[in-house]
Amino acid sequence: MTTSLPSPSSGPVASDHSAAESTEHHPDHRLFGLATFLVADGMTFAGFFAAYLTFRAVNPLPEGAVYELELLLPSINTLLLLVSSFTFHRAGSALKRDDRPVCRRWLLITATLGLCFLAAQLKEYFSLPFGLTDNLYGSTFYAITGFHGLHVTLGSLMILIIWWQSREGGRVSSQNRFPLEATELYWHFVDGVWVVLYGILYLL
Amino acid sequence: MTLSTPSSLAGTQEHLPWQRYFGFSTDHKVIGLQYLVCGFLFYFIGGALAGALRTELLTPISDFMPREVYNEVLTMHGTIMIFLWIVPVVNGAFGNYLIPFYVGARDMAYPRLNAVAFWMIPPAGLLLISSYFLGGASQSGWTAYPPLSLSTAATGQVIWILSVLLLGGSSIFGAINFVATVLKMRRPGLKMMQLPMYCWAMLGTSILVLLSTPVLAGTLVLLSFDIVAHTGFFNPAMGGNAVVYQHLFWFYSHPAVYIMVLPAFGLVSEILPVHARKPLFGYTTMVYSIMAIVFLGLIVWAHHMFTSGTPPWMRLFFTIATSFIAVPTGIKFFNWLATLWGGSISLNTAVMFSCGFIVNFVFGGITGVALAQVPFDIHVHDTYFVVGHFHYIVYGGTVFVIFASMYHWYPKVTGRMLNEPLGQLHFWLTFIGLNLCFAPQHWLGLNGMPRRVAEYDPQFQFINQLSSVGALLMAVSTLPFLINVIWSAYRGAVAGDNPWNALTPEWLTSSPPPEHNWHGEAPLVHEPYGYGLKSPAAS
Repeated sequence: MTTSLPSPSSGPVASDHSAAESTEHHPDHRLFGLATFLVADGMTFAGFFAAYLTFRAVNPLPEGAVYELELLLPSINTLLLLVSSFTFHRAGSALKRDDRPVCRRWLLITATLGLCFLAAQLKEYFSLPFGLTDNLYGSTFYAITGFHGLHVTLGSLMILIIWWQSREGGRVSSQNRFPLEATELYWHFVDGVWVVLYGILYLL
Repeated sequence: MTLSTPSSLAGTQEHLPWQRYFGFSTDHKVIGLQYLVCGFLFYFIGGALAGALRTELLTPISDFMPREVYNEVLTMHGTIMIFLWIVPVVNGAFGNYLIPFYVGARDMAYPRLNAVAFWMIPPAGLLLISSYFLGGASQSGWTAYPPLSLSTAATGQVIWILSVLLLGGSSIFGAINFVATVLKMRRPGLKMMQLPMYCWAMLGTSILVLLSTPVLAGTLVLLSFDIVAHTGFFNPAMGGNAVVYQHLFWFYSHPAVYIMVLPAFGLVSEILPVHARKPLFGYTTMVYSIMAIVFLGLIVWAHHMFTSGTPPWMRLFFTIATSFIAVPTGIKFFNWLATLWGGSISLNTAVMFSCGFIVNFVFGGITGVALAQVPFDIHVHDTYFVVGHFHYIVYGGTVFVIFASMYHWYPKVTGRMLNEPLGQLHFWLTFIGLNLCFAPQHWLGLNGMPRRVAEYDPQFQFINQLSSVGALLMAVSTLPFLINVIWSAYRGAVAGDNPWNALTPEWLTSSPPPEHNWHGEAPLVHEPYGYGLKSPAAS
């Protein structure tokens, strides 16, 4: 497709199309697609929460089964994630200003907060008095927090990747903010889910 | 930025045309046809399995295959037909082919995601079928209810779960694409209320997919934990709750019925106005009906569970909500009838199959309303009445529309017409076969023959044989169709660009369409159904 006619509207968007016209240069819909996906992802959590709440409502714990949660670590974790949402936002603003060093510093702080969250989560797992197969609530607890932890793990990895990509000469820049913005949206989603999770699993 | 333009994914043009259909093409038309052909291959496999079931049921005793194999075959039949035939074809195939035309775009919003979504399907299907050779396929039906799914062969069940997870993922990726394409990719100047009805149907369907499929995915992951890690989520023996599985399963699988029929509603709404030469009756009410079905479809799932110890308030709520769905559905039916009313109808095969759909679906719909009533449902739950009802909906409804669409859009895709006499033969064999196969099953169910069992009371033998003859007719009906599709591709009458004189945008280009859909600018169609008006509004 090298036979493209000179197109009047060839802005920063490279197009090798001959029929360059309005339908061709549509705006970037990738964030919209991600948001749509997150709605679906949120429904997975909703299903898990519904299952957990139903179990709590209709299935009494058998005699002698233990299901006790401490509040301290998860509360600290809630704080970590909320702060990390804020720090990620700072990274995004810095990238908009084209201030890459500051952006990268905030990204690193955000990733560290995410990894601290995971470490605290693991510590909690090892200190709990029940295991995955001990009883119904325990199984559901590990399934939900594990699924959420998987999200945090993926998110932290993605943050480290865009931290690497936003170095001088990397592909993430103030002109190409999509990787950062997509990860940020995802991260806010993961934080939001945690807040609901914290309310349902720990406080209720 | 280059990600979102189809142009950056070039390279496909350098291949010979036929090779594109076997590779990772991002052209929505190629992907649509990939979905279609792949779906038909699985349809033939699923049909052969149905043939095996009906052969077994010719006699009251289990003589054609062992009982375990019968269970495997019925599970595979259901899973293949739903997840690998109807859902991919009526959504993926026609959706991918038509939606970009309808919104005036060169491609879907995310062409690469689109290709990924398709290429998840063949591996998932092969995985599912392979389970038969890896220690036996799943035996717990397409519903995979625990504790049955926990006590039958574990390998087959886990492979079944993996396969359905892949197919669910594919479905979600497809839905993201449809939502974004309909909402965001419309040609400037084209309003939502000017879109062809199939766009609305696919928007509604995609909302259902996005909201319900993830719940099934999560549930199946928990079920796999029960099998592999010996947790007890759904295992009553370990303090778990099997009814919670049913709730979560049907939260997806009832909307799944609408995921299978809403696109069919949309396709029929495209076909009827063209061949009746009249505008689609009640466009606005059609749109609101689709959205009402989407909303109601999400809150009626427990009508599948009236015998699962559901409390009275729940029965009351779900009976009422289910009965309400008859209202928007009824509106759509009367709209189609009014579209046909007084039109100059060409009674070609596409119209015959569409009308066959209306007849079958009304019957299936009426038995559906009957099944929503608790006293009646308790009487016929898990009997052949449900099997008959369901097949009237999915076969008499959706599959008929798939065939109607084949006859309607084949000229656009290939540039040649399908043969009409062969088409009529195909229609009558299918129509008689379907009714002969599934109408008697209502009687069987009312008289207490349970479904999913290889053996039955000898008093039911004659009716079962009648049903099997109907199944045979349906199998035979595939032959004229296959011959027609293959023969017409080479020898069919040349169709020209717009053999039906249709107004929707896919007809305002060459047949088959060029790679980027239109040679020039995309047409702006404000009145896709402006038939019989003084000046067709296509500009």
